Amino acid sequence: MSQPILVVALNLRGRASPQTWELLSVGRRLADASKSPLVAVLAGGGPEAARELVERGADRVLWTDDDRLQELNEELHAQAVLQAAAKENPAAVLLPSNVAGRSLACRLAVKLGAGLAMDVSEIEAAGQVKRGAYSGNLVADVEFQAPVRVLTVTAMLFAPAARQAGRSGEVQELKFAPGPTRTEFKSFQAEEAGEIDLGSAERIVSGGRGVGGKDKFSAIRELAHALGAAVGASRAAVDSGWIPYRHQVGLTGRTVRPKLYVACGISGQIQHLAGMSGANAIVAINTDPECPMMQQATVAVAGDMFELIPLIVAEVKKRKGAAVAA
Amino acid sequence: MGLNIVVCVKNVPSTLTVDVGPDGQPKTAGLVCAMNAFDEYAVEEAVRIKERVPGSTVTALTLGPEADQAVLRDALSRGCDAAAHVCGPEFAGSDVFATSKALAAAIRKLSAQKPVHLALFGKNSNDGNSGAVGGMVAAWLDWPGVLSVKKVESVDESSAVLWRMMEDGVDVVKVSLPAAVGTVKEINEPRIPSLKGKMAAKKAVIPKWTASDLGLKPEEVGLAGSKTKVARCTHPPARGAGTRVEGASSAEKAAKLVDILVERKLI
Repeated sequence: MSQPILVVALNLRGRASPQTWELLSVGRRLADASKSPLVAVLAGGGPEAARELVERGADRVLWTDDDRLQELNEELHAQAVLQAAAKENPAAVLLPSNVAGRSLACRLAVKLGAGLAMDVSEIEAAGQVKRGAYSGNLVADVEFQAPVRVLTVTAMLFAPAARQAGRSGEVQELKFAPGPTRTEFKSFQAEEAGEIDLGSAERIVSGGRGVGGKDKFSAIRELAHALGAAVGASRAAVDSGWIPYRHQVGLTGRTVRPKLYVACGISGQIQHLAGMSGANAIVAINTDPECPMMQQATVAVAGDMFELIPLIVAEVKKRKGAAVAA
Repeated sequence: MGLNIVVCVKNVPSTLTVDVGPDGQPKTAGLVCAMNAFDEYAVEEAVRIKERVPGSTVTALTLGPEADQAVLRDALSRGCDAAAHVCGPEFAGSDVFATSKALAAAIRKLSAQKPVHLALFGKNSNDGNSGAVGGMVAAWLDWPGVLSVKKVESVDESSAVLWRMMEDGVDVVKVSLPAAVGTVKEINEPRIPSLKGKMAAKKAVIPKWTASDLGLKPEEVGLAGSKTKVARCTHPPARGAGTRVEGASSAEKAAKLVDILVERKLI
């Protein structure tokens, strides 16, 4: 039996993250290829949440529902994972590519003397991984010169592991014995209710310079609402003050990988493309039929977005209505 | 009194369009380089903290070849007081593990002269894109490391209250110092270098530190001290030619677009 693959399941504020299911599906494949067990360390969840990890592919789950792990404390979370790692001696540690996962990965790599690769998009059983460099303009094949690999895995690339009711596996409590921390959690302020996070959105509708004003962004929101999509924006729109920074997609904003990305009035500068060219399908709506976004697009629609969007929304509603009626 | 602040900066190619050489590595020779864009925010925040807390100083730190001294002079022109350059052939090929180890050793060396309270970092570099060095420096020094910081609410010699941008909201945390802080773009609006700053930057004497100056063996840094290696780079596959939606009217285009979205199960 070779060394296990360790998945880090972070249940911040008591909530399971959908990315954990993606890590379990990647981890399961790696574990099967190396004939090794898939172990999950669950930070911030109890035996019931641990059982779900087993049903989604883990052979063994070490859980701790210590209150101090409800919010991200990179020192304490790292201690919990290191405690599990000391017990399991894993060949690879898989974390989500979000703020929490990335923060932890840094500390784990140093403490484990491990090779670290952030935002990996492919993992080969032999050990190599692929990740973007120069903001996705190049793909780097990374090799490891260390026995342990710490990897943060890009969201939305791997299918989430399905739940198989009754799948068997071990569930053990990790007797978490935290050392000191110098980080004190004060408060958490959630984003506006009902907003879909860009990082885990299957569909995104983004507006750019072509939107032309703060009030006019309502058209983007309307289309997003009709498509069940998150709202994104280009740097030009954010810098103009039309929409807050957290909506920014691109080099200086978020990197996203939705199934569908609808770019409205975004010309497609390389900095924006860097953040969204991983989308499965790109729809561009632009008055300039020759702009880079229109050339990159899976589907390009030349025209005025303010004329097109209400018509698209009406068309979508009409078909939804028809689907319900049928 | 005051804070002793270090800000780490990186000299990177100013372009994202980089070719791959026959050795499979990015062809960066001859490309125009400048301070990594995200590092400008870290430098600005360091200078703003200096202005908030009287008696503070900011030292800019980089690791890289001789030519990267330019990025330290740029940092000086933006308000940093001093700079140090980790430089030598032994550092070539450093990954985030070896880089962070060397930078941590340089911060220890600075701390030996006068204890460092705060080390600031940009979100990530535009060439390597990892965003790992700040968090790893924290781990080497056994300091708390807070990444994704969008606001320094308050700071004094013993602690800092920081706003951390999470995917679903904002965490407010209080860390005791020393600590490492990774910033995001939202934290400030960097100022442009002043003429006075540029003059001072030109005259500044910047010490160069080799591995042995940092108490590190040559095999602990560079490719030998690295845990990962880029075997080769390739260009991502180009997207196939797309469909252009044609139509006599906007209504016709809208209907055709929705047809395609439904047909491809995108909505």
